[in-house]
Amino acid sequence: MLDFHLEHPWIILGLSVITVLSRGFFVISDRHFELPYWLERSLEYAPIAALLAVIAPEVLTLHGELIHHWLDARWMACLAGVLYYALLRQRGPSLLGVIVVGMLVYLPVHIWAGG
Amino acid sequence: MFFLPQNFSHPAFKEGLRSIVSVCVGIFAWGLMTGVAMVNSGLSQADALAMTLLVFAGSSQLAVLPLLAVNAPWSVVLATAFCVNLRFVVFSAHMRAYLAHYPRWYRLCSSYFTADITYVQFIQRFPNPAKDIEGQQVEQAYLAGNAFLNWASWMSGSILGIFLTQYIPAQWGVGFAGILALLGLTCKMLNTPKRWLVALLASVAACLTVAWPLKLNILFAMVVSVLICLGLERYTMLSHQTPKGSTP
Repeated sequence: MLDFHLEHPWIILGLSVITVLSRGFFVISDRHFELPYWLERSLEYAPIAALLAVIAPEVLTLHGELIHHWLDARWMACLAGVLYYALLRQRGPSLLGVIVVGMLVYLPVHIWAGG
Repeated sequence: MFFLPQNFSHPAFKEGLRSIVSVCVGIFAWGLMTGVAMVNSGLSQADALAMTLLVFAGSSQLAVLPLLAVNAPWSVVLATAFCVNLRFVVFSAHMRAYLAHYPRWYRLCSSYFTADITYVQFIQRFPNPAKDIEGQQVEQAYLAGNAFLNWASWMSGSILGIFLTQYIPAQWGVGFAGILALLGLTCKMLNTPKRWLVALLASVAACLTVAWPLKLNILFAMVVSVLICLGLERYTMLSHQTPKGSTP
């Protein structure tokens, strides 16, 4: 049964406040302000830069270093997913397909060889 | 927010749901493994549940687990979470234009529910903020629908992971589906040479600085890749024509 005694109630509350503060950082103030032009321009690139900054280290590094062994399930799975997407580009491939194809490559190689 | 009738009864709410439905299996798997990781790190089920329901930020939850395990001071724990969340600060600068005309509680609540995938899909769907009230309602309804399914998939995965920890070995690597979900979104966005360039630069920068603490490599990679592209853009623009008016 679940025991409702919390060991870290204040830390958890604090972390929730951190989520609100970070996700809402620039919407907290009621004051109207214009972002500088260069910053506004740079936001166009922010989503794609954020995606790759999260994905690339998860795929190409291990324990804080670039992988130096080619037998790694992660890059193979990503390659398979990207190929699936590129080949079906004209027909509007589903993102679910990328996940399914990637996992079909990832799971066997990962369980057999690691990575 | 998804609990406001003005949002969930709007047709664009369903559009928001539909756009994220194809990746929600990845979000679910990612949530599942985060739930498992929390309990495996020694957190009690009650703490893990409270954390998942309130904190709702996977990467910062994972980052503070080792700190909680050694009873690190609360200031260190909170500072760590904020650093890991710095990319959201950038997202919020972007979301500001879409939320400015709403009251503060709405802006903060809406931002709280806007995690990575919702932000990326929203910005892709609405590259320019609407000027009229109908357009703004469409935006908010879409955002609410998308955020709702993201939240629901993440929470169901996480809660299942917390209660079924002993049946889900971490070494299966099911959580990789979350990375593949982000990869799918990336594929969809890689449709101009500039985006390819920023993607390449961000990947290289993030991998080279992966040993940096507090996931600061993510923010570093974002800043560096964006600034380089901005510089190139300005250079090529200058070489073709003199920019008018609003140059930095």
